[in-house]
Amino acid sequence: MTNLKPVDVAIVGGGWTGLAMAKELTTRTSATVVALERGHPRGAADYAMDMDELDYNIRLRMMQNIADETVTHRHSLRNTAVPVRQYGSFHPGTGVGGAGEHWTGMCFRFLPSLFTLRTHLTEKHGAAHLPPDLAVQDWGVTYEQLEPHYWYAEQMMGVSGKAGNLRGKLIEGGNIFEAPRMHEYPTPPLKNTQVSHLFEEAARQLGYHPYPTPAANLSENYTNPDGISRAACAYCSYCSRFGCMIGAKAQPTNTLLPVLRKQKNFQLRTGSWVHRVVHQNGRATGVEFTDASGEEFFQPAETVLLCSFTLNNVRLLYLSKIGAPYDPVAGKGTLGRNLTHQVEGGFRIFFNRPMNLFMGAGSLGRRISDFDGDNGLPGGDGLLRYGMLSLNGNGNLPIGSFGSMPPGTSQSRWGAEWKAAALQWNDRATQLNMYAEHMSYREHYFDLDPTYTDKFGDPLLRFTLDWTEHEHKQRDFAYDLAAKIAPAMGAKIDPTRPSRARYNVINYQSTHIQGGAVMGASPETSVVNPYLQHWDIPNLWVIGASSFPQTAAGNPTLTVMAVTYRAADAMINRYLKNPSRLA
Amino acid sequence: MKSDMQRREFLTIPAGALGGILLYTLAREPLRLEAQDGSVQVPLRFFTAAEARVVAAASERIFPSDSTGPGAKEAGVVIYIDRQLAGPYGADKYRYTKGPWVESYPEHGYQGKENPRETYRTGVATLGMNFDELPVDQQIQKLQSIEKTHFFQLLRAHTIEGMFSDPMHGGNAGLIGWQLIGYPGPRMNNKPDVDQHFGAEFRPKPAGLEQIMGRKGNPWEDEKL
Repeated sequence: MTNLKPVDVAIVGGGWTGLAMAKELTTRTSATVVALERGHPRGAADYAMDMDELDYNIRLRMMQNIADETVTHRHSLRNTAVPVRQYGSFHPGTGVGGAGEHWTGMCFRFLPSLFTLRTHLTEKHGAAHLPPDLAVQDWGVTYEQLEPHYWYAEQMMGVSGKAGNLRGKLIEGGNIFEAPRMHEYPTPPLKNTQVSHLFEEAARQLGYHPYPTPAANLSENYTNPDGISRAACAYCSYCSRFGCMIGAKAQPTNTLLPVLRKQKNFQLRTGSWVHRVVHQNGRATGVEFTDASGEEFFQPAETVLLCSFTLNNVRLLYLSKIGAPYDPVAGKGTLGRNLTHQVEGGFRIFFNRPMNLFMGAGSLGRRISDFDGDNGLPGGDGLLRYGMLSLNGNGNLPIGSFGSMPPGTSQSRWGAEWKAAALQWNDRATQLNMYAEHMSYREHYFDLDPTYTDKFGDPLLRFTLDWTEHEHKQRDFAYDLAAKIAPAMGAKIDPTRPSRARYNVINYQSTHIQGGAVMGASPETSVVNPYLQHWDIPNLWVIGASSFPQTAAGNPTLTVMAVTYRAADAMINRYLKNPSRLA
Repeated sequence: MKSDMQRREFLTIPAGALGGILLYTLAREPLRLEAQDGSVQVPLRFFTAAEARVVAAASERIFPSDSTGPGAKEAGVVIYIDRQLAGPYGADKYRYTKGPWVESYPEHGYQGKENPRETYRTGVATLGMNFDELPVDQQIQKLQSIEKTHFFQLLRAHTIEGMFSDPMHGGNAGLIGWQLIGYPGPRMNNKPDVDQHFGAEFRPKPAGLEQIMGRKGNPWEDEKL
């Protein structure tokens, strides 16, 4: 093993959080920073020839090589886990920029009550009326504390949207159920497609409050506070699972990397697979990694930041034997607890005419938050929290959208009758999408698999997760809401009600698997403190959605960035001056 | 795999039956075409000629050429499938293939050890090497009898992919699939149109990625194994 020259900060992962920390550290301090990314270099120039549904949307060419490493899944403690052999319910990215390159770009702020959910639910319902296995907890940070960091992230990306609550003043056309924002969005909303327009009209007519989905796809040309200019979105529909060929979608490589390239105190090492955080006597001393040629290195560092995807952050802690592994039976230990996966789903709707669905943009859409959090819920039927319903105008691609037809239209799923029906319904089918909070439960957690290993022979991460009665209630509620809106749009909803199926690793759910190294006010129930500093090892920080004790209805990236920027401020303003525990 | 390549099997397609569409697409590809007696010989990467004829016939039953428009035959679906199987996808280069191999719940997806190449080799043999010579109704019956198999599910998915993927992958010959459904291809700028044409069908002229970009594509199936 080759020892490298020591650095002040070693960062594991070159995605949103790793490059954001690197940018803050290298531009605001003289610290030497190296980011270790196991994937390859990437940039906008690579993306023009990638507008190909087969290779990118279906074969998932931008994702981590699952042959090298995957995770295993089981539904409960009683089952034996098997490996996820091909990607399905989530898509971890790789390469510089990570999943931040192929993401869709939805940019929500979370509701204030989500950050104090244990307190909130206990006050509202009484502890005795909450499910006994509910593991939700407070984050140790509030919306008010995060608000300036949300704004910092929104400006960096140039988020397109319309405020619905500006310093307490409610504004029709924005999301009036959101928490107060101090500033209007950096850029105005994206345009409406035909179907998102119909959704907006229908929802308003029914008395709801539709608003444009906040998007990291630029609605107009934009220059951010770092002086980085990007072009407006061209509505090509090659967005989610693709890198943006014109840079209209905010990605780490088109927002943070251009700044970092100018910093002499920053080094990005690609092809560097970190295996272990090395530590002794309660201090991290650096990280061990293997480069693309198979050579092994030790990178000594004063401070180590784990900034990889949720799954890898948690796994590295396990492999490095840092922290007390969570025991779901005893309810003790912290590492691996509070695993959640955002509750998403689509209800198909059908029009009797072509809708030109090939045009769109990743986060383009209109949605309602009239039932977000516990707002507007009937109560008394066990549905504690719901979320949002939307029409996403992300654009249809020809392979994935072909064959969607009302149930019963064709006896077979192939052959002449099916072909005729599929052609008849082509460009006439889309869906209403639900997004619901996913509560954490005592039995849902991460640990190491006892059987399966990665290409180096290290154990895979195992996750134990299934849907509970609460998620079924959320889906039923969402379906009833969608069934009201669809006819008002002039569409017919698929009469098939949501199934009560178990969690599956086949159908795409979202890449928002969260938790496992959660933040909190107490080392008894959390892995990191509210600044994302490890409770046991103060010079180790674990950054990302791995820190979220439960999942919001909205997609997590903007909140990931907000907690990251808060961590950066704490590190720069306090920790680096006096390296000690901040909480 | 190497021996398959060296064998240089060809799929012989009567050029007259194509109406020039497939011929036009293949002529744009770096393939060695030999026109003999009014037919075109397409070099195969994975299938034997006999296997290719079976897969061509089976995909044609899944997506038939009929009064509603062209099908798998005209789109060259078998050529698409042949290339997919020859490439990293067919060899499971990007699938987790460490054991132990166990049966699990359907929620865990395909847990089999066979890669797509092996699934096709066995599946085609099950259909029989004379499948393409059977009457259409017998072909349909045979396919119905294997509808639940992993092989059939792959064949169905690949047929749709071969109809509607970018022509650089070998199917959707002459953009025939995109013309069938009115898909314009990876159109670079929809900004002037995205919020227009409400209530009216908007169908710009289709173009493939290589046409739009003016350079050669980088399809994954061409990656060295």
